[in-house]
Amino acid sequence: MISRAERTANYAILLLFATFALWPILAILATALGPDDAGGAGGLANFPAAWEQGRFAGSMLTSIAVSAFVVVVAGVLSIMAGYAFGTMRVPWAGVLFPVFLLGLMVPTEVIVVPLYFDLRTFGLTNTFWGIALPQVAQSVAFGTFWMRAYFRSRPPSLIEAGRLDGASSWRILWQILVPPGRPAIVTMVVLTFMWTWNEFLIPLVMATDASLRTAPLGLAFFQGQYTSGYTLLAAGAVIVAAPVVVVYLFLQRHFIRGMLEGAVRE
Amino acid sequence: MADTLVASTARGGSAARRDRLGPSPWHALAYVAPALAVYAAFVLYPLGRAVHLSLFDWDGLTLATFVGLGNYVEVVTDGDLRAAFGHTLVLIVFFALLPAAIGLVLAALLTRARVRGLPFFRTVVFLPQVVAMVVVGVAWRQLYAPDGSVNDFLELVGLGGVTRAWLGDPTFALPAVGVIGTWVQTGLVTVLLMAGISRIPDQLYEAARLDGAGPVREFFAITLPSVRAELAVALTLTVIAALKTFDLIYITTGGGPGNRTSVPSYEVYNRAFRLGEVGSAAAVGVTLTIIIFAINLAVARIGERR
Repeated sequence: MISRAERTANYAILLLFATFALWPILAILATALGPDDAGGAGGLANFPAAWEQGRFAGSMLTSIAVSAFVVVVAGVLSIMAGYAFGTMRVPWAGVLFPVFLLGLMVPTEVIVVPLYFDLRTFGLTNTFWGIALPQVAQSVAFGTFWMRAYFRSRPPSLIEAGRLDGASSWRILWQILVPPGRPAIVTMVVLTFMWTWNEFLIPLVMATDASLRTAPLGLAFFQGQYTSGYTLLAAGAVIVAAPVVVVYLFLQRHFIRGMLEGAVRE
Repeated sequence: MADTLVASTARGGSAARRDRLGPSPWHALAYVAPALAVYAAFVLYPLGRAVHLSLFDWDGLTLATFVGLGNYVEVVTDGDLRAAFGHTLVLIVFFALLPAAIGLVLAALLTRARVRGLPFFRTVVFLPQVVAMVVVGVAWRQLYAPDGSVNDFLELVGLGGVTRAWLGDPTFALPAVGVIGTWVQTGLVTVLLMAGISRIPDQLYEAARLDGAGPVREFFAITLPSVRAELAVALTLTVIAALKTFDLIYITTGGGPGNRTSVPSYEVYNRAFRLGEVGSAAAVGVTLTIIIFAINLAVARIGERR
């Protein structure tokens, strides 16, 4: 049904757009692996050099700590809230659940200003908590929405059977409902991880100490200080992007599904 | 914590009946409470505080003066702020309309054509979505540099005359940032629309071909109407992305040259944390939030009507 010419044209278009999508990524990889324009050894040696000069050891560690905290805490809270909204009669659910959905739309820009000045009063700016807790709150909005959909899709007989066996609601959640929900939970976890790892505005406002900088923030500062060339900056950019990109390459279906089905997050 | 709750309900007189009906309402609320507490403290309360702050003239340190809706009047009358919102309109073309147009054509071609290598293509075009915006900014700054590959490419194809420092050019800085947005968003839109098109039954297309419809008529008669819902979602996501370009602007241009690429999200940061105009920053943030809510509401309405 499809002519040879049409097929060739389709492949040409496919190739053209794949090139457009890959070009900036390949360009930065090529720069990161190329000769060092600031006089270093070049090649793979650019990565340790950038790691050293950009002080990525510290900022990557902060990012790992913040991401782990946000993913675990927001994950557990979302599973609990989603469980209640999905399988129980929560009082005022008609108001409470839409209020959670509202959080999918609230832009970080609007909350970061009062957050900074209010947390300053409590001495929480420039702390791990000031960076992590607002992101837990934002992730909980998506997580509750996402997990509720999963729990609603479970057959009620499953919960019923657990109850008849005398299992507490807590045990029904963690031993009966959560294990088969791994795909939904993995999707939530990878998305929360990506959003937290890539977040820029909250750490920019909250972290004044260099020791609290997250990886993207560290890269931004590296760009400001390191003006002798592009090579090490490109290497630093690759280092910062790598964790999420690697997870994406392995679990891309979760990323795509989550971002399309949970499309209303921001 | 929940275990003790379970224990206390089980001790109640009508434990057997509760078992059949499921946990009591207060029990259910206990599961929601931790999430609600964090969410209320770090999203809802700040949102209310932003509205409150937006009614004051405050530098963040000394005593605040109540100015009513003065900061909102400024959003409409202040030249810089009007420019920032105007720039957003330009960015919407690049972040939302262009990707929608490109995505529609790409998705229609690829889904119907049954070409090989689609999974690879999907992985590749979606990749920009997962790369940190800061990294995207660093990568494109390099491409746009006077000795960067954009200019190399232009010279290669004989357009050496138009080469320039793209992000430093008063006329071209904003479109240059826009193209980055097109790069980031096209994959998302394409993948979203591909999912929609693959759900269209083949019989529709077969019937159209029998009626002698060409690919173009087929596109407008079948494909486009069938993916209206997906297109609405895609436009919502990308328009909102265009409204929230803080990271990208911060890394690539810092709002410059002059204020040629300043956007509302950058103005919020700039006013609150650099200029000491906290009230004005809050008002811009609240305005941004209202616009985002309105877009979501409008799209939800369109979705309901169908």
